[in-house]
Amino acid sequence: MTTNRVLTEFTYEPSSVERGYTGQTLYVNLSENTVVAKPVTDVMKEKFIGGRGFGLWLLWHGVNDDTKWDDPENEIVISSGPCGGITQYPGSGKSLVVAISPLTNIVIDSNVGGHFGPLLKFAGWDALEIQGKAERDVIVFIDGVSGRVTIEEAPDVPVDTHLVGHWLIEQMAETEEDRYFMSSVSAGTGAENTRIGCLNFSLYDRKRKSPRFKQAGRGGTGTVFRDKRIKALVVKSPPVKGDSNHPADRARIAAAGVRLHKEIHDHDDHQNRMRRRGTPYLVQIMDDYHLLPVHNFKFGSHPDTPKINGEVWEARFTQGLPDGCWYGCTMACSHAVDGFELRTGPYKGQRVIVDGPEYETIGAVGSGCGIFDPDAILELNFYCDTYGLDTISYGTLTAFAMECYEAGILDREKTGGLDLRFGNAEASLSLLHQMARGEGFGLIAGQGVRRMKRIFAQEYGAAPQFLQDIGMESKGLEYSMYIPKESLAQQGGYGLTNKGPQHDEAWLIFMDMVSNLLPTFEDKAEALHYFPLFRTWFGLCGFCKLPWNDIVPPNNRDADEPAKIPAHVQNYVEIFSGVTGHEITKEDLIAMSEVVYNFQRVFNIRLGYGRREHDAIPYRSQGPVTVEEYEARGEYHDKQLSDVVGIDPAGMPTEEKIATLREYREAQYEKLKDAVYERRGWTSDGVPKLETLRNLGIDFPEVVAVVDKYL
Amino acid sequence: MGKVLSYDPDLCVGCFVCEETCSETWFKVADRQKSNIRIHDDGEGNLSAIFCIQCGECTEICPTGALSQDKRGVVRVKKKLCVGCLACVGFCPYQAMFYHADQTEPFKCVACGKCVQECPAEALAILDE
Repeated sequence: MTTNRVLTEFTYEPSSVERGYTGQTLYVNLSENTVVAKPVTDVMKEKFIGGRGFGLWLLWHGVNDDTKWDDPENEIVISSGPCGGITQYPGSGKSLVVAISPLTNIVIDSNVGGHFGPLLKFAGWDALEIQGKAERDVIVFIDGVSGRVTIEEAPDVPVDTHLVGHWLIEQMAETEEDRYFMSSVSAGTGAENTRIGCLNFSLYDRKRKSPRFKQAGRGGTGTVFRDKRIKALVVKSPPVKGDSNHPADRARIAAAGVRLHKEIHDHDDHQNRMRRRGTPYLVQIMDDYHLLPVHNFKFGSHPDTPKINGEVWEARFTQGLPDGCWYGCTMACSHAVDGFELRTGPYKGQRVIVDGPEYETIGAVGSGCGIFDPDAILELNFYCDTYGLDTISYGTLTAFAMECYEAGILDREKTGGLDLRFGNAEASLSLLHQMARGEGFGLIAGQGVRRMKRIFAQEYGAAPQFLQDIGMESKGLEYSMYIPKESLAQQGGYGLTNKGPQHDEAWLIFMDMVSNLLPTFEDKAEALHYFPLFRTWFGLCGFCKLPWNDIVPPNNRDADEPAKIPAHVQNYVEIFSGVTGHEITKEDLIAMSEVVYNFQRVFNIRLGYGRREHDAIPYRSQGPVTVEEYEARGEYHDKQLSDVVGIDPAGMPTEEKIATLREYREAQYEKLKDAVYERRGWTSDGVPKLETLRNLGIDFPEVVAVVDKYL
Repeated sequence: MGKVLSYDPDLCVGCFVCEETCSETWFKVADRQKSNIRIHDDGEGNLSAIFCIQCGECTEICPTGALSQDKRGVVRVKKKLCVGCLACVGFCPYQAMFYHADQTEPFKCVACGKCVQECPAEALAILDE
């Protein structure tokens, strides 16, 4: 127990979970030091399901049309979902974080592992909703064993996450078992000085006897967290058992779980080797298909990729440990490098556990910046996490700054001495430490690509169009790590999203570019309807996406529509029905998501965004911007001109070829928008039609009022 | 090697007394779905048995340390630590870790020897090496 000054104490009778729900959410207001229990209404369960759906619903009612990310009424909502916390099926412990983002000014949703969400539920709460701003640094402690919530002043609690983790087990856990069933959420010093703050969700690794962390990376939720002056959220729950979620039909869930455990046991070694490599298995595959971001997405492959591919990480990761981020995840992709000695920064010389790196981090802080040194990637990964910085945004914005440096837009004077050449790991690490200290060029870079573009144009006289073309952001959010240039469907997968260019909505590159399964606009639009909705569903229920398609049954290729992995879709149908007792079909699963997805679109419109113009993407995500970039795959691009555009490139100067290809591809993207909006039941301005909202049963007066002015 | 059950298919008569004895011993009910040994008859007179050989592979997969080998080499399930994830069921190379809807924790043969005593054909034995 801590000796912190308690600002508010709230006691409650921990309610038991029934069929995946506790039936109440916890509201904490840090400006007023109040804590309130709110009931979960029928509308919430029927229409918004849980997780991201609950987050959106609670946030919608907490903010107004003009709320900005740093207004006190902005909220951070954390919720798992009805299936979150079951232990039998791999990937069932996720939490969803929802807030208004400092990068995009619209709603961000971020899907994260770690134990917080499930333990929050077992402590009695379907969601945690935090509003207001504390005067001084605080922690919020939810004790689901004694039934007590406190807001406490926290002057002695550290800010950087790895220190918070150790503080948690040393100061808050009285017994060994307390460590098992406690979890924290924290950000870090970097989140205080940038817009790219992430949240770290802890779990206690019993074999390593240490806290570990998973990141809600995207959209700056850590920045909102520190703006509210929260150092940590802590939850403590009664011991987790196989039926803590009190499902309606445990046998059904167990059968699906054992089926998938066995599938992973039998086939993972021959498929993606997730248990040994985790997501870094993708590095080499992406390079092979020119999809790995290199030098700020200029190129899709590099001769040095074998230095950072899955084989390398398999050798670096400690093997043979059950590396799931929630109990029962036998996909176990949460790998770590143990005993890594830091060689820079405030923790230089310390030996630490590095959680990851994931594929995205390798692409972002590694190849995207031209850095192919595994030790540098590990150091950048560790510091991003402990400083509370999103590795994807950090890497993408650093790669952008590097290209600007090489193009002469930046120089040593403007960067305060940083030699931001591609490949300079030392410079990247210095930039990262500057962000944590709130100093120098780190303060500018930490604003993200969109704001850097403005600053470089206005203050350094750089050409706005060039910055727009190479700045890999859409809606204000930095791109995640797939080059979409040669897949129109994936350009839509990034651009026609709710939150910004994050692949968790749709990953269609292989279906489109490699397998050519989406030849027409209608095919692409159908895929951009189905897959974003299917993937949304994971975030409503508490699931991880990876066990859906990073392992597949050996006979999957014989199934109808193998890209959907029908056998695994059926598992989810079984589990949701088994947990809630509410029988669903695979079509219901899409219908559930469609409600929430459209509600989020309307939410963005309410905040002044969310229409066609906001679905614009930078040209670098559509095609080659520079001569160097065009000529790196000159023959391929020439063939595109002759075979696809229908123009003979012979004798044309490269600049003209680039312009011709660009005109064609930009027009294609606009046609794609038309097709997708139509399929989604939106107007050509990207606004959900009244009829669509009515069919989905969310034609609430306040929702209709938002879209009315655009119809 | 420690204490482990052994089975001789040539002596087995397929009476399933072992299964009933086991479930009676551990679950107080005669239910073959709750037995730690499963006799399989392929319909052509070939009998085989599935039971834990105490190889210990499951102790590696368990995320909570609920599975461990005691000093005689027998793998035991510590119910207090178990979170019922059933990873051990899916990962047992011999499919000898079992589960049932009536309890959250999995179960397995601990070489107690009850079935050996009751087997009318002397097809079962406890080895202790």
